[in-house]
Amino acid sequence: MFELLSYGDAGWGDEILRGLAITVQLAIVTLPVGLLLGFLATFASMSKFLPLRSLGFGYTTIMRGLPEILTLFVVYNGVGLLMNAVLRWWAPDAPPTDFSPFAAGVVALGMVFGAFAGEVLRGAFQSLDNGQVESGRAIGMTDRQIFLRIQLPQLWRFALPGLGNLWINMLKDTALVSVIALDDLMRMTKVAVGVTKQPFTFYLLACLIYWAMCVLSELVLAKMEHRANRGILRA
Amino acid sequence: MNPVEILIQYWPRLFDGLLMTLQLTVLGALIAALVSPGFALIRVHASPMAQAPLRLYVSFMRGTPILAQLFLIFYGSGQFRPFLQDWGLWSFFRDPFNCALLAFALNSTAYQTEILRGGIMGVPRGEIEAAKAIGMSRIKSLYRVVFPHAYRIAWPALGNEVILLMKASALASVVTVFDVMGRTRQVFSKTFDFSVYLWAALIYLCITAIFVLLWRQAERRLSRHIYAPYKAQSTAQSLKETRA
Repeated sequence: MFELLSYGDAGWGDEILRGLAITVQLAIVTLPVGLLLGFLATFASMSKFLPLRSLGFGYTTIMRGLPEILTLFVVYNGVGLLMNAVLRWWAPDAPPTDFSPFAAGVVALGMVFGAFAGEVLRGAFQSLDNGQVESGRAIGMTDRQIFLRIQLPQLWRFALPGLGNLWINMLKDTALVSVIALDDLMRMTKVAVGVTKQPFTFYLLACLIYWAMCVLSELVLAKMEHRANRGILRA
Repeated sequence: MNPVEILIQYWPRLFDGLLMTLQLTVLGALIAALVSPGFALIRVHASPMAQAPLRLYVSFMRGTPILAQLFLIFYGSGQFRPFLQDWGLWSFFRDPFNCALLAFALNSTAYQTEILRGGIMGVPRGEIEAAKAIGMSRIKSLYRVVFPHAYRIAWPALGNEVILLMKASALASVVTVFDVMGRTRQVFSKTFDFSVYLWAALIYLCITAIFVLLWRQAERRLSRHIYAPYKAQSTAQSLKETRA
């Protein structure tokens, strides 16, 4: 059995590791995109301007209610169609192009992450001590300074547990991109299964790899939480 | 074709898909709801050694993608085909609907167990002591005192879990179950009309919205005795006023 997992031509170890690399890349590229969208959603939903507020509310509510795989297909097919329509209009003779599955994965997973992160960050903003903002104002800080020096450093502490859960969910959701033919861990497993006819062995291996990544993430997150709370006295 | 025409032409398919999605979600959630109270009790009361397999199960279910779990059951069972045929189980695992249902039920059981565990641990000690003091047996105090309160605590989280399960049920389309997502992909591959995805999104949002309303109604009913005292107080006050 270990021959199947060996490195090189005979085994599938290298193919699966390459898939794993794509999965990890996808998750790491998606994280900043999702966080950015999350911050935008938070600012929108806390804005004083009603249309912006409804936009933020609509985005977080709708995205959280849709299955992730539907979002992925909407982005993959929708943007693909849109790109080709624009291309036809721009250059009628050009051959049709495909939207890269990796980009579709980043956009779709980032949008999902952003919607949930928007709620986490809003909750974190609301649990900040308002007196600190007032005292910042009292000593003459600008809104920008208050945000950067008082709110943002503490936001991290409140948002970290929620964001950590989102990271783990997103890591698992990357498996969905195998459905739109990106060669991630899940899809390389499927290829290996197709050749070796050992579905249980290889899917179990894939599960164990995802599991290991999640457990590792949990450990790192626990450390980060501990560090984020180092200035706080525990009751 | 415009979006409305698509809907008029294909709504019977989407409706079939809707029934399939509801069937998967409701059955999966119900099976998990039957198993999870027992597991939750083990997680609260059993010795750490006895809990170990359960903790491993929950951790595995929470640490792996549902898609991988689904593939492990649906495709993975093929590796044990002769064995399963001997046991007469092959006809079960050959059907993608059964495999999807099994995967969702197993997954939801893990999440519901953890949610219920939190609910049970949230029941105040005093209530259990009071039940003991008036001579209730352990079993009786479980279903008269502990579980009613535990479910009230866990109710909102359980609702979230059912919504997550409903969203996850869209994955069944990958193993050729024709739920809303499966029907949508079928229609899209036929028409290449993007609007069918928007209708699918609307269907999923409607399911979620209706479910949230129903769940909230149920929550109000579960805790109706908590709201009751306010009414009693106001009648007591008005009585006082009429006397004075």
